Amino acid sequence: MTAAAEGSPPLRMAGGRRNALLQSEAVQGVALISPTFLYALILLVLPILVVIAHSFWTQDYLTIDHTFTLENYRIALTEPIYRDLLWRSLYISLTVSLLTVLLAYPIAYFISFHGGRHKSLWLFLITIPFWTSYLLRVMSWKVILGYNGVLNSGLMGLGIIDEPSTALLYNSSAVIITLTHAWATFAVLPIFVSLEKVDRTLVEAATDLGDGPLRSFLRVTLPLSAPGVISAALIVMIPTVGDYVTPKLVGGKDGVMIANAIQAQFGKASNWPLGAALSVTTMIIVSLMAGAAVLVIRALQRLAR
Amino acid sequence: MLERVQSERIQTDCTIIDIRDVTRSYGAFKALDNASLSIGKGEFFSLLGPSGCGKTTLLRMIAGFDTPTSGSIAVDGQPMDGIPANRRPTNMVFQSYAIFPHLNVEQNVAYGLKRLKLQSGEEKRRVEEALEQVSLTGLGKRRATELSGGQRQRVALARALVMRPKVLLLDEPLSALDKKLREQMQVELRRLQQAVGITFVLVTHDQYEALAMSDRIAVMFGGRIAQVASPKEIYQRPVNRQVADFLGGMNFVKAEIVEENDASLVVDTLGFGRVRTDKPKAFVRNGGAATLGIRPERLRVLWDNATAKFEVAGKVVERHYFGEITHLIVEIPGLEKPLSVTETNDFGADDIPVGAPIRLAYDPEALVAMAD
Repeated sequence: MTAAAEGSPPLRMAGGRRNALLQSEAVQGVALISPTFLYALILLVLPILVVIAHSFWTQDYLTIDHTFTLENYRIALTEPIYRDLLWRSLYISLTVSLLTVLLAYPIAYFISFHGGRHKSLWLFLITIPFWTSYLLRVMSWKVILGYNGVLNSGLMGLGIIDEPSTALLYNSSAVIITLTHAWATFAVLPIFVSLEKVDRTLVEAATDLGDGPLRSFLRVTLPLSAPGVISAALIVMIPTVGDYVTPKLVGGKDGVMIANAIQAQFGKASNWPLGAALSVTTMIIVSLMAGAAVLVIRALQRLAR
Repeated sequence: MLERVQSERIQTDCTIIDIRDVTRSYGAFKALDNASLSIGKGEFFSLLGPSGCGKTTLLRMIAGFDTPTSGSIAVDGQPMDGIPANRRPTNMVFQSYAIFPHLNVEQNVAYGLKRLKLQSGEEKRRVEEALEQVSLTGLGKRRATELSGGQRQRVALARALVMRPKVLLLDEPLSALDKKLREQMQVELRRLQQAVGITFVLVTHDQYEALAMSDRIAVMFGGRIAQVASPKEIYQRPVNRQVADFLGGMNFVKAEIVEENDASLVVDTLGFGRVRTDKPKAFVRNGGAATLGIRPERLRVLWDNATAKFEVAGKVVERHYFGEITHLIVEIPGLEKPLSVTETNDFGADDIPVGAPIRLAYDPEALVAMAD
């Protein structure tokens, strides 16, 4: 950009109006983002528009009836099964994001404040689990939580339980545990970045003004790292609502989430319009929830003062 | 004489900070080497030195952000060993000001008071009072990010003063301000210190700042305290060449010791002849040689046929014009280095041609003997 700006005056003199247009920052900006923009348009916006359109149509055996109707939304919002699945998905994703942030914060804090010269090494180590496929990581939780799994044999070996517990796998807790583990890194990174930006003299100033370690953390470090906490929470919350691999593998019948129902409508049940309506409903509710989460964290931040 | 008596009284009668044999090592490197110092109650005390001399380390140890490797620090008679920074009766103004960006001015100033659980009226009153002391009345609701450098500095001051500390520590508080604002703040800081009567300990590398504001100054080099005295004494009677050099210009002249007793020295020099001077308290003889120093402004140009009891003759080799003063470099036969002379321009020093013969008058009192 700077190089272009520096080179612009002689060019402008030579080329007149057309060059002036090409040299304008707005045009250059659009040109720079256009490949990505087109890519996003074709692969993100268009499919969403297709889904939204379908949600107002009706499945008529093998064809789609294109008359406008809100029937799909009525079913999506009133059928107990979908309502329950949606609630469960929201509950699971909220719990997962809360747990993930709670677990990730101390890690990020440790690396940022006590990582010393080895900060990059620590961050690198944290990404190691990502070297294996997500499916393998979910399967390994199956090995840990299963009937003859590591956890059950361990607890039995310690004499804490007499027979293997079936309460560990195939329920929503199993989904929560697995998702929390899977998303931890995504939460560590934004929190780490925001903690890195906290000026250490501010913590010293708080100490100088009489705050002990806990108080200065609550009154200075935590509020100033809130942006990282917000993005971590959103990064985890938004995709987990729509996750369907994890519930399918470790969720059992108690762990089914809304995405499994949506997948079923697009697959076996072959009712695309209903699937589309469920998708749109979920999208809207997730957006509202994300907005609410931001507001709640901001309010907590204000309270901390 | 009067000054010296006064500063001794402060030292013995009511010491607020007592630093005893404090050393701070980082591996083999000694940031502070066996420093001892006592600072009096209500004093404006400066730690002056170039960067890396240990002045900030010492300040941070008083505040509790650093611990001495050996030695002890007491504040108001209470040893500070093992007492964390948040429970010390000191407050600090940080070099970067460290204003909390998520709080407004009022909330910044009230930060330390919140923990004291004052009644809300009392807290508000103290915040108002502190803002008034630093002339920030009416800016309480401003966000920290909307403040200018000078205002941020005032907020940092108010935030520390509102705690009513026994000692206020200032870490290069003026270094981020532009020259004009810095000079204005020097005057204001001094006035504020007199008004509140709190002991101020200032860290600075700016000798004029230290001279202008302090009751006493400790000059530090390489982790050691070289001299502790009033600004006037530090300036006029520096103990060694390093101190003399750090506090403005000084002409150094090689001298041979002829006679030495408890109070005075008699030395022979090439340019100034035989001179009798007061012997500085800290003078330690190092063989037969010594150094005499004279400040450039203590050499006066003798015009026309004027004479003086003590004078040296030479030739102008360079002339530098500085507006209100002119800086002359004068070669004196026999001296290995030419003398620098600052002369006010009232009498036309700016018109003295380079190469002209010149006579300079001096007062033997202004010649100060220094250990080599």
